[in-house]
Amino acid sequence: MKTNAVNMTEKEYLLPGNRTCPGCALSLAYRHILKALEGQVIVTVPASCLTVLHGMYPVTSVTVPCVNTPFASTAASATGLVAGLKALGKEGVTVLAIAGDGGTHDIGIQALSAAAERQNDFLYICYDNEGYMNTGNQRSGSTPLGAISGTTPILGKQQNQKDITAIMEAHGIPYVATANASYPLDLYEKVRKARMIRGARFIHVFTPCSPGWSFPFSDTIKIGKLAVETGWVILYEVEDGIFRLTSASASIAKRDNLRPLREYLMEQGRFKNITEEQINELQGWVNTRWKRCLDRAVNL
Amino acid sequence: MILVNKKMARKVSTWILDGNHAAAQGVKLSRVQVIAAYPITPQSPVTETLSEFVERGELDAQYIAVESEHSALAVCTSASMVGARTFTATSSHGLAYMHEMLHWAAGARLPVVLACVNRAIGAPWNVLNDQQDSISQRDTGWIQIYARNNQEIIDSIIQAYKIAESVYVPVMVCYDGYVLSHTEMPVDVPAQEDVDRFLPPYKPHTILDPANPKNYNLVTLANPRVNAEGVLCHGYMELRYLLQEALQNSRETIIRVGREFGELFGRSYASMFWEDRLDDADIVIVAMGSLAMEAIVAADMLREAGYKVGVLGLRVFRPFPKADVAKALKKSRLVVIFDKNISYGLEGATCSEIKSALYGSSVRAVIRNFIVGLGGRDVKARELVDAVNKSLLSVKEGDLNKEYPEWICDI
Repeated sequence: MKTNAVNMTEKEYLLPGNRTCPGCALSLAYRHILKALEGQVIVTVPASCLTVLHGMYPVTSVTVPCVNTPFASTAASATGLVAGLKALGKEGVTVLAIAGDGGTHDIGIQALSAAAERQNDFLYICYDNEGYMNTGNQRSGSTPLGAISGTTPILGKQQNQKDITAIMEAHGIPYVATANASYPLDLYEKVRKARMIRGARFIHVFTPCSPGWSFPFSDTIKIGKLAVETGWVILYEVEDGIFRLTSASASIAKRDNLRPLREYLMEQGRFKNITEEQINELQGWVNTRWKRCLDRAVNL
Repeated sequence: MILVNKKMARKVSTWILDGNHAAAQGVKLSRVQVIAAYPITPQSPVTETLSEFVERGELDAQYIAVESEHSALAVCTSASMVGARTFTATSSHGLAYMHEMLHWAAGARLPVVLACVNRAIGAPWNVLNDQQDSISQRDTGWIQIYARNNQEIIDSIIQAYKIAESVYVPVMVCYDGYVLSHTEMPVDVPAQEDVDRFLPPYKPHTILDPANPKNYNLVTLANPRVNAEGVLCHGYMELRYLLQEALQNSRETIIRVGREFGELFGRSYASMFWEDRLDDADIVIVAMGSLAMEAIVAADMLREAGYKVGVLGLRVFRPFPKADVAKALKKSRLVVIFDKNISYGLEGATCSEIKSALYGSSVRAVIRNFIVGLGGRDVKARELVDAVNKSLLSVKEGDLNKEYPEWICDI
């Protein structure tokens, strides 16, 4: 059955009022992730914006069990949770490791790669706001070419981001997917599907960041949609090696109406110093990746 | 060989084991449920042996071959959070790489047990023994126990779980690389049923469970804050106080557990350090780990020469038994402390602790500190004797304390 706003789990696991910034896409994404898991989850979270969302002792905004773990250790912590539950014979609970792009692309990639290679039985979600936003917007391995950040303050970043989902797919794990906070139903369905699969599972969730990217906080959904409409983010899933475009990305592919990347970049203050050359380079990167996705997709 | 001791433990087998295999046997007998480790010399045989136990079905545990020591301890802390008994082992750079997680395990009050096979730290590379690795981690909030021989390794690991799970502080069982880890000696291996009588199953203080959701290790401010029910809850500083209090109070538990172990297995550990002929000694040699055994040989030689020499072999380094040490040294006029570690710019770590223990006591002994055995440098009993003789000259000078330690090396 196709998910819609009516048949989605009604219960909320993220309580109203948390410490994230106005217009936070993570807050929106996390709400739907927890709904999809219906509370049958143990969460491990490293230092990140999500730590802030979870609140300050002795008050929390979430109603699921959670352990905070050091920055580099998210996937190892999840491995430990799975091993401990197995040792004690406890079944039926999804272990969710959820970290930002700094905690995934950079400091956490060693532990994540190893856990994926070991096929440890948990769902890893990277929410990607393309920088170290919790520490005030420094560049990460996911910050795009040309973006201004706390540590690329004048010239903007001189390198493009790494494709973390492709890296994770190369581990040969049973399920990888991309999602976007602006498409909560697609995200919800992917988490529900991942929940039923055993082994290491990875979902990349694009979460626009109003203060970090310099756009009005009322525009979070719009920026997330523009990212998909221009191909900066492509919504897909790879299940046992079978590649499918999903949601808006599938529609765009069928209608062949990808918009120019410039439209997405120009909405954000972080790209105010980007050069024409860099825009062309990014557009080329998008075009290559988009073509590869069209070639691979079995559902067009 | 099977010995039967009717009064105490029902069955004892004496095996010829090196230190690493003694450690692995202790882990197996403790019915550990989750093991995570990464290879490093000279620790690797511990985890190889454990993986063999698991693959053969002799130990019902989850064995996780992680990609780093940082992850090894992260696996253990999280598995402990859901209620599993956990173990890891490492050495040297591996322990250094765990540093962040060592703090985390203690801060979260998780009763993880870790075997540290003591090895030098680079640069330059050196795989041989000293105690710089575990000494460098002394302020992470772990209880540290040092074994003098392989029997103490297996016994200490079994006791470590009982201590850790009583006081909710992780325990590091340290033993010298190669000197013990790769040296075979007779070890009494207790029967499983007797260890089961001694060590009850782990009762976790936290359980991550969707039926009773709780958030652990949240951001915690310096000052106490009220929760949703209006109850004032601890701030960060109160939580740190409780960890210190747990270590302060753990002495009682360590001694009780050591006594209970002795009652059952005939080898009592009801003290924080080993004493050898301290009753009449006015000269005391202090050493920790296997060096304490060498010190006994040196004491024998000095006794033959007519000196009243005893040995204080430090067993528990954290919590440091200040009052016990001051009491044990009360008759001494000379204390010679040998350290297989150095706090650069000061002196050996155990020397600093001994001096701290004696401040304000009636003891006015001359204290001399010698740095020995770094990077596997052989330490001979003869050298300890020479160091004591040299120190005796200082007693005549009345020079109680020296600015810096002496080194037994070729500079």
